[in-house]
Amino acid sequence: MSVIVKKIAQLISALIFVFGMYSAIHGHIAPGGGFAGGVLLSGAFILLIIAYGLDYFKLKQQTEATSIFESVSILIALLLAFSGLFAGSLYFFNNYLPPGTPGSLLSGGLIPVYNILIGIKVAATLSTIFFALIIYKEEIRR
Amino acid sequence: MENLLIIILVLMIIAALVSIHAKDLISAIIAQGFVGYGLVICFLLLKAPELALVQIVLETVTLIIILAVVCDSTMKEIGEPISKRDIFTYTLSFVLVAIFLFYFNKAIVGLNPFGEHTLRMSEMYVKEVLEFTGSANLVKGVLWDFRGLDTLGEATVLFTAAMGVLVILRISGKKQQLTKK
Repeated sequence: MSVIVKKIAQLISALIFVFGMYSAIHGHIAPGGGFAGGVLLSGAFILLIIAYGLDYFKLKQQTEATSIFESVSILIALLLAFSGLFAGSLYFFNNYLPPGTPGSLLSGGLIPVYNILIGIKVAATLSTIFFALIIYKEEIRR
Repeated sequence: MENLLIIILVLMIIAALVSIHAKDLISAIIAQGFVGYGLVICFLLLKAPELALVQIVLETVTLIIILAVVCDSTMKEIGEPISKRDIFTYTLSFVLVAIFLFYFNKAIVGLNPFGEHTLRMSEMYVKEVLEFTGSANLVKGVLWDFRGLDTLGEATVLFTAAMGVLVILRISGKKQQLTKK
């Protein structure tokens, strides 16, 4: 790609990344949420990879890292959901933290935690799929 | 309404049995399609149009894909002339299509008008989410508190998709590398 594309991708992807983080963290008080934020986060990485080309061996290590992130984040979400069984009433996805004042950042009990975890998970999953497709193409070419 | 449901369910069971005992693959697939669209009518009769839409999309896509695979692999009987025995099957299929359209009409007429809910629960969601969860975004409050298991299922679907892509692509890539050596 040319210099213009590289520079603009560099500038834009940072903005996309920040907006994805905002969307995941503020999911319980603003439109958006974990899924949308995760898609935005992975979009920033994918834009950078498309603009700058790929370094094959680095990318192989990154696939392992993203799949580990994906599994660990969904595992933590499951453990949090299980921990609701032991706090207060006996049901899955028990929101046992205090609700707080609606509209502030620290409100909604466990909902912002779940949003952040699912944001990490969706970002990791989508980038894993993208990396797998790219690596497959490279392997066929060799 | 219950009588309609019973008739449709009996037809679906007969179609499922036909699809097991059919001689060629195509009639089995068509019988399976009958089961799927019967389920659509059941959903419509029970006033769940969004589930019916999902079922229509799923059934059509799977039917087309399976038919394409079968036609590509084992298709010999296209192009045969119509014999006298086929007249019975054609009339039977037309009668089944007529029954199908009749039930669709019945089901669609029975739906609620736009904006009226069948369940009282949805009104309670809108009114009391803020009080229960403290989350100003009502959608996220419902998704992560009342319907946490649903959301977990969505996350599992994504996880399974990534696993499928990794398994299929990585293994075939490795095989091609091995054959080149």
